[in-house]
Amino acid sequence: MIDFIVSVLTLTIPAGTALLLGTLGEVYAERSGVLNLGVEGMMIMGAVTGFAVTFATKNVVLGILAASLAGILMSLIHAYFSITLRVNQVVSGLALTMLGLGISGLLGKQFIGMPLPVRLQPVHVPVLSDLPILGEFFRFNILVYISILLVPLLSFFLYKTNWGIVLRSVGENPAAADAMGVNVFLVRYLAVMFGGLMAGLAGAFLSVAYAPAWIEGMTAGAGWIVIALTIFSLYDPTRAMLGAYLFGGVRVLQFRLQPLGIPANLLNMLPFLVTILVLVLISEQAFRRRIGVPAALMQPYSREEK
Amino acid sequence: MSEVPTAVLMKGITKRFAGVVANSNIDFEVREGEIHALLGENGAGKTTLMNILYGIYRPDEGEIYIYGKKAHIHSPKDAIALGIGMVHQQFRLVQTHTVVENIVLGTGNGLRFEEEEVRQKIVDLAQRYSLAINPDARIWQLSAGEQQRVEILKALYRGAKILILDEPTSMLTPLEIKELLQTLRRMTEEGNTIIFITHKLDEVTAVSHRVTILRQGKVTAVLETAKTNKVQLANLMVGREVLFRLEKPSVERGSEVLRVEGLEALSDKGLIAVNNVSFTVHRGEILGIAGVAGNGQRELLEVIAGLRPATRGKIFINGVEATRSSIRERINMGMSYVPGERMTALVPNMSIAENMILKSYRTAPISKGAFIDRREMLNLAQRLIQEYEVITPGPEKPVKLLSGGNIQRALMARELSQQVDILVAAYPTSGLDVGAIETIWRILLSQRPLGKAILLVSDDLEEILTLSDRVAVMHNGEIMGIVEPKEENLEKIGLMMAGALKLEQEQWV
Ligand SMILES: Nc1ncnc2c1ncn2[C@@H]1O[C@H](COP(=O)(O)OP(=O)(O)O)[C@@H](O)[C@H]1O
Ligand SMILES: [Mg+2]
Repeated sequence: MIDFIVSVLTLTIPAGTALLLGTLGEVYAERSGVLNLGVEGMMIMGAVTGFAVTFATKNVVLGILAASLAGILMSLIHAYFSITLRVNQVVSGLALTMLGLGISGLLGKQFIGMPLPVRLQPVHVPVLSDLPILGEFFRFNILVYISILLVPLLSFFLYKTNWGIVLRSVGENPAAADAMGVNVFLVRYLAVMFGGLMAGLAGAFLSVAYAPAWIEGMTAGAGWIVIALTIFSLYDPTRAMLGAYLFGGVRVLQFRLQPLGIPANLLNMLPFLVTILVLVLISEQAFRRRIGVPAALMQPYSREEK
Repeated sequence: MSEVPTAVLMKGITKRFAGVVANSNIDFEVREGEIHALLGENGAGKTTLMNILYGIYRPDEGEIYIYGKKAHIHSPKDAIALGIGMVHQQFRLVQTHTVVENIVLGTGNGLRFEEEEVRQKIVDLAQRYSLAINPDARIWQLSAGEQQRVEILKALYRGAKILILDEPTSMLTPLEIKELLQTLRRMTEEGNTIIFITHKLDEVTAVSHRVTILRQGKVTAVLETAKTNKVQLANLMVGREVLFRLEKPSVERGSEVLRVEGLEALSDKGLIAVNNVSFTVHRGEILGIAGVAGNGQRELLEVIAGLRPATRGKIFINGVEATRSSIRERINMGMSYVPGERMTALVPNMSIAENMILKSYRTAPISKGAFIDRREMLNLAQRLIQEYEVITPGPEKPVKLLSGGNIQRALMARELSQQVDILVAAYPTSGLDVGAIETIWRILLSQRPLGKAILLVSDDLEEILTLSDRVAVMHNGEIMGIVEPKEENLEKIGLMMAGALKLEQEQWV
């Protein structure tokens, strides 16, 4: 039994890592007041770029860096349209997702079915990885550890630092932040770019570590789950981790429970059912306010606008 | 002339917005250590001028000098660096954050924010200027007066020597106003300079050393307060004699139209916002509800209008229970609700005429089967435009092109041309200029002899006292008492607004 639990858990963490990376980024973007529905698009661009660069250079680190850069570049499109041009954030984000899915399909054609010469290897933490049973938890790849370390780091930054106060204020009341000399545009750009970086990383994690291969549309809706998880987490990094592993666990269980006669489709649906539920809940204004959705989420800011 | 150095000098400031010149070649000078009143009607351009000084707007023309040095103010950051602070009329606070978080926002270059150090500095400042505040409270838990203290502390924390206050008294109780003025005097004694925006003459004479008067974007005069009087100020501000002596003939109080009993309702946050409220409104009378903004007036109005459910209590219109009635049913029962945000009651892009028939399109003569009789519609609109003095190029212009005063007239025209027994008027003159206020007040008073009942809610105590036959004072969701708007009741009303006095129900009129 313990073996079963440990094996499910050790599979759960990598299964939830892409979701965690993406959600941490989106939490920050939305905390600044910018909803980015382009996560799916940024993530898949990260995946294809990560795969292509790793394939070409035979260097995983370069691949991951390139993927982050691709994520950032994608997010800049959304930032420019929604922050500078003040276009509706939903429209701009959706367009980004479609753009990402399209371009990645085009770029990735040549890589379909190609094996990756190198992949991101697990890091064996000295001593700890030799422990019986628990040792399993210390043989993940570096991105998994990074994603876990980011959780307390981003929490601390968000709640305990001057910059965290600035970020949250910009998402709650940009006019207040502006009047205190804060550069609202800069903060929002940086937050959206951070979201892009993290989505790019999440994509690379999928294509060079988790399932090293390029398959068209391989993110398979993970970007949308990230959006739901962001709300589910109430914009908090720690709860984002809980949510990401919960959803990751569901994926793992699918395969484990199938032999027991529980149809995979049922479990497959779960994340999306939860997503729909959450979306229904937050569509109500009063509820949004109570659970602490950033008050200025989706509101473009302009100084002279009355 | 005096040798006091100049703190602020604005020269030839012009600012245009699409269609309006908000500031036209304005010269504005403030001396160090004075309280300088900036007086003008709504729309005169006061806020615009100060937003320019604070770096929120960029002027189209003009120059600014601070303490004699030419200043380039491109953003609030520059203004703050020059020692300028501004308390906006709509507070710029993050509601969900604590007082400390709001005050440190954007300061401190270190990553870690030194909470203890910051807190100590805030407590010291608060003590020095008697601005008592709990540094750990969240903004939404604070009264308007307390929020204003946070705003002032924000400026002081950044070392502001020149403090701009935009209509700072509009949300305060009479007692809080007194305290504020005291704090301001104290600040000038310590060498600070205050710019005090207002449209209330009393405040100018009470607190300022000098006053600059704006009218339609231009300076009409700069005066020493000691050498002027309210009549002169009023003339300079409005540009004509202000009469404001409204006829208010006594009207026989008729039968009861609206009755609310033990009404209770929740705010958006789920807290009790309306607490056991009971009153009646009769034909031929205006019942005014006074109180500091945010004490449950909005929620009370919404419950009565049918926009918010009552969690307890009953509402009767003409003796028939309407507690659970829909908005449409309430309209049919004779209620009309004119909300404070006027535009929410109109369709901005539709014509004035179409807006005027929004409530009567279902019935003859406007309705012709499935169609609308456009000729009838235009006739009706023409008539209402004349009767209610709406200034417009024509009834077919979109309503959004009208000025605030004309929008309110058009709205009143629509509502009062219906079969109305009880008019619920929320903040009917907020943001309007003196001329428009006068017409709206006339319109409201003219309903009394017609036997209509009016429930009036306003933040403007003067308006309540001028129009009402009885005044109910609301504090923290409760009715503290109902009194007649007489001179000798003024102190009581002030105390009730502050929550310091509650009259026994037997003493209510
Ligand atoms: N951001 C803006 N956009 C367009 N028009 C504006 C803006 N701010 C002010 N105005 C217009 O400029 C004029 C002056 O407004 P304001 O400075 O707010 O007056 P006051 O503060 O004296 O009431 C008004 O006609 C107002 O409608
Ligand atoms: Mg103003």
